[in-house]
This record gives sequence, C-alpha cells and structure tokens, in this order.
Amino acid sequence: MTLTLTDVTLTYPDGGTRLTALDRVSLHVAAGTLTAVVGPSGSGKSSLLAVAATLVTPDRGRVVVAGTETTGLGGAEKAALRRERVGIVFQQPNLLPSLTAVEQVLVMAHLSAGPARAARARARELLDAVGLADKADRRPHELSGGQRQRVNIARALMNEPAVLLVDEPTSALDHERGAAVLDLLAALTRERSTATVLVTHDRAHLDRVDGTVTMRDGRLTAHAPA
Amino acid sequence: MFVAWRDLRFAKGRFALMGTVVVLITLLVGLLSGLTAGLARENTSAVTGLEADRLAFAAPPDGRPVSFTDSAVGERAWRTWAGRPGVTAAEPVGIRTLDAATGDGRRTAAVSAFGVRPDGGLAPGTVATGRVVLSRPAADGLGAAPGDTVRLGGSEMTVGAVAGDASYSHTPVVWTSLDDWQHLGGSERDRPDGGRATVIALSTHGADLAAGDEAAGTRTLTLDESLTAIGSYQAENGSLQLMRGFLFAISALVVGAFFTVWTIQRGADVAVLKALGASTPYLLRDALGQAVVMLAAGTGVGTALAAGIGALLGGGEGAVPFVLDASTVLVPAAVMIVLGVLGAALSIRRITAVDPLVALGSAR
Repeated sequence: MTLTLTDVTLTYPDGGTRLTALDRVSLHVAAGTLTAVVGPSGSGKSSLLAVAATLVTPDRGRVVVAGTETTGLGGAEKAALRRERVGIVFQQPNLLPSLTAVEQVLVMAHLSAGPARAARARARELLDAVGLADKADRRPHELSGGQRQRVNIARALMNEPAVLLVDEPTSALDHERGAAVLDLLAALTRERSTATVLVTHDRAHLDRVDGTVTMRDGRLTAHAPA
Repeated sequence: MFVAWRDLRFAKGRFALMGTVVVLITLLVGLLSGLTAGLARENTSAVTGLEADRLAFAAPPDGRPVSFTDSAVGERAWRTWAGRPGVTAAEPVGIRTLDAATGDGRRTAAVSAFGVRPDGGLAPGTVATGRVVLSRPAADGLGAAPGDTVRLGGSEMTVGAVAGDASYSHTPVVWTSLDDWQHLGGSERDRPDGGRATVIALSTHGADLAAGDEAAGTRTLTLDESLTAIGSYQAENGSLQLMRGFLFAISALVVGAFFTVWTIQRGADVAVLKALGASTPYLLRDALGQAVVMLAAGTGVGTALAAGIGALLGGGEGAVPFVLDASTVLVPAAVMIVLGVLGAALSIRRITAVDPLVALGSAR
C-alpha cells in the first residue's frame, strides 16, 4: 500500500486573490519507505501533509491513499479512511489531557469500535515498542516532551495504518531526543511496512530516511534518494 | 463515551460545580411541583373527585367566563339534563363557603358546604336532612366525630360520618343534603328559577352537549376545564406554574451556557479527534452522553432530596400541602433532563464546526 499524489494543486483565498500552496505536486511513497519532505517555512510542506491526510481537498489533481482514490469522498468517508488507513503524528503531541498514555493509544481502537480486550493488549504492546511500557498510566502532564511525542507515535500506529504522516516530530525536542524519535520512526516504517512521509525543516537526521524531496514555493524542486 | 467519561473524571471539579447547580434547581423544581400539586388538591379535590365527567354551570351573560361563585342553576335545568339522551346522571350540587362550629361553639373552621341529593351517590357517605358527612380535614379542624353536633350557617346538624379528604378553595368540605344546603344563608331560594344549586354534575355517554346547554340554559365543561371557574385556583396555579416554567428555562439556559464554554475549551481536543478520524456523529454522541450523565446524576440527587424534604413537609398534623407522586417527582425530573439535554445539544452542535486542520497547526 502506498501514498500517491499526482499533479496536486491547492490554493487558499488571500484577500481578493488566491495563494497557491501546492503547485502541481506529484509524489509517490512506497510501503516500507520513509520519505522526508524538507523546505523552508511557508514552502507548502504542511499543506502537502494536510492534503495527504484528506483534511484538505485540493483544487486539482489526484490523491490515492492506500489504494483509495480520495477525490469525491465525503467527510464521513474521509474520516473513516483516516481512522482505518492513515496514522498522523502531529508536530505538537496533541494528547488529550484527560487520558492516560495507554488510553491515548486506545482511543484509536475505540474510534474504530474494535474489540476492547485485544485493543488494550495492542496499545500496551505499542507503548512498549516506543519505550513507554512503564509510563502507560501517566497523563500527558506527567510525561516529558519526548515521552509525549512517543505516545503520539504509538497512537498513530494503533490501527495499523498503511500510510503514516509525520509533521515536524522533532521540533520541540533536543538533538538527542530528536534522533531517537527519527530512529524509532525509521524502524517502525520498515517493521510495519508503512508508507511514511516525514515533514521537517530540520536536515540533521536525514541519514535515516529512504528519500528526500525538497519543497519551495509550493513546488517539489528536488528528489534525492538516500 | 470513551473520552467523555474520562473528561468527567478528569475535570470533576467543573462537573461537580455544574452538577450541584442542577441538583439545586431540581430540588427547587421538585419542591415547587409538590407544593403546586398540593395547593391544587386543596383547591379542587372536591370537584375533581365528583362521580361525574362534566359540570353544567348557569350560562353567564355576554359570553363571560363561568364561575362557581356566580353560577346558580334551578330545578328545571337539572331535570332537563336528566331527560337528555346520553345523560346517565344529572345531579345538582350546591357549593358555598361558610363558617362551621362545634355544637358548644368552642371550635370554628371555614368549610365549604357541598349540598347533594341523599340518593345521588356524590357524597362519600350517607347524607340526610339534618345529617352531614365531614371530610377528615373538616373533622380534624372542628374536632368532631360521628354523633357530634355541628353548627353550619346557623343550623345545627348531626355528624353522620367522617369520610374522604375533599377540599374546595382551600377549605375542607362538609357534605349536606341539598335541602339543608338550600337553607344555609337562605339567599339561593330568592333567585329566579329557584337558584337551588350551583352546578349540575353530569355523567354522559355520547350526549349532545351543545343541545343540552341550549335547552337547559347552561354551559357545560369537563371537570378539568371547570377548575378554571374556581377563581383562586386559576390565579394561584398560574403563578406557581409560571415559576416552574421559569425554573425549567433557567435550567436549560444554565446547562447550555456551561456546555457552550466547555465545548469551546475542548475545541482543540475535538480537532485532534476529528483529524484522527472521529466522525461527527461519534463526537456528538460522546458529548451528549456526557451531558446526559451529568444531568441524570444531578437530577437524580435533586429529586431524591426533593422527595425526602417533601415527605417531611407533607407528613403529620398541620402539614404543608404537598403531593408526592410520579407527577410531582418523576415528571419534573424527566423534564429537567430533556430540557437540559436540549440546552446542551444546542451548545454541543458547534462541534460540527470545528476544523480538524487546527490539529496540524495547533500550538499546545
């Protein structure tokens, strides 16, 4: 299962005119590979992620997520696609304050109405995979920034997504913790055969990715395999 | 209710505060409902308890509303009604409020004398000339028992029985024979057409009421409709019901305001859940379930308190008129929950407007 964007154009209203956020962008990410999207702020990286996550509908072009053509899907169908086939790792962990670490992960299974007992075991297994087995019952305010980000990653993996979209995961972390998170993402991508897109402006850890694309002014300007 | 349930426990201070407000409003509504029904019972139970389905009043002039005070029907009227097809019984009832006293004059009480025919089956015991039936509140007020003598409007009568708890216009009822009632005060005899009773209690089955009214010169109302003809009842009940209505409205507004603020506060969480794939119906169910739990808990506690206090107030001698039954306990609780949920639903609907894209750019 892969992620494919073909000639995607996205514009936003900007006063009396429209601002082009994505300009005929095409991108293919294969299963089991980690592709980094780099570029300066405002280059369109986040818009690319939003389109891939079906949170924004492009003006033109095709977006195929895990074999599903998203053009023409309604809101409920897109939500179901995100729930079942897409994992999102947010820039800020965006954890829900009332939930413990294991519940943050478990909430994904609940959204999909999966069997509760198996889900709890899997949530604990994922927390173990990200090194937080002993922090399962802690709430966000009881975790460090790096630990919150790892819960964020575990949550994104809960429903075994085919496509993993990762938005600036290291922006709030120091170098060492950032490297650890990137190592984790690279390992999980290969282990779980996800098509992973990593949006970042930090080029420090790009040796861990399978390919890098550069964005500038809404266009993909360079493809560089690792 | 995966997230909602955990929110309830996590933000227990906020929900406890709101729950307490719901408890207090429910308590107030419950007490007011019991009191309203109690006062209504003191005002109307003699009328609502009549073995009849309609009352015929003397038709007032110029389309004015009927009233027990102004109504006076003659013998021709009830004989006309008794002869109408579909009328199984037409019994005259005389109603008058006056002072009663024990035979020795030591105790007095305001009572309502209900004059009925001895064989009419409307009184809870056997009335006869010179022989009355006291309702229990009247007997308690006068300290009278069967065999005692009581003075009613200057006439001495013997207490034949103590039965029922009928009251009318906040006074206990004394059942007399219609003949005795017509002599109380004496004024009814002086009216045109005899003026020998106040209303006619009708038992009907498919009768043509309009034609009957036309023939008898009356206006017929159901028992419930006829309560509006008791002047004190309409004013008192209207005021209390208005207060109850305002409390229900306040409750819905307060709950709505709380959930508006709460929904705004958790807007970022909702955006995250939407971005993760939560459907809007799921989020609405989750939030509404939270409101139902809080309302049910608050209303349950408030209702239990109201029932307890109502039982204390309504029990014993000289108690506050308070009715404790399903209509005064469960119905207000159900209305509180329904209106609260409506208030919450109106607030929670803003969940639909939350943009999941916020989750990608939110800084928390």
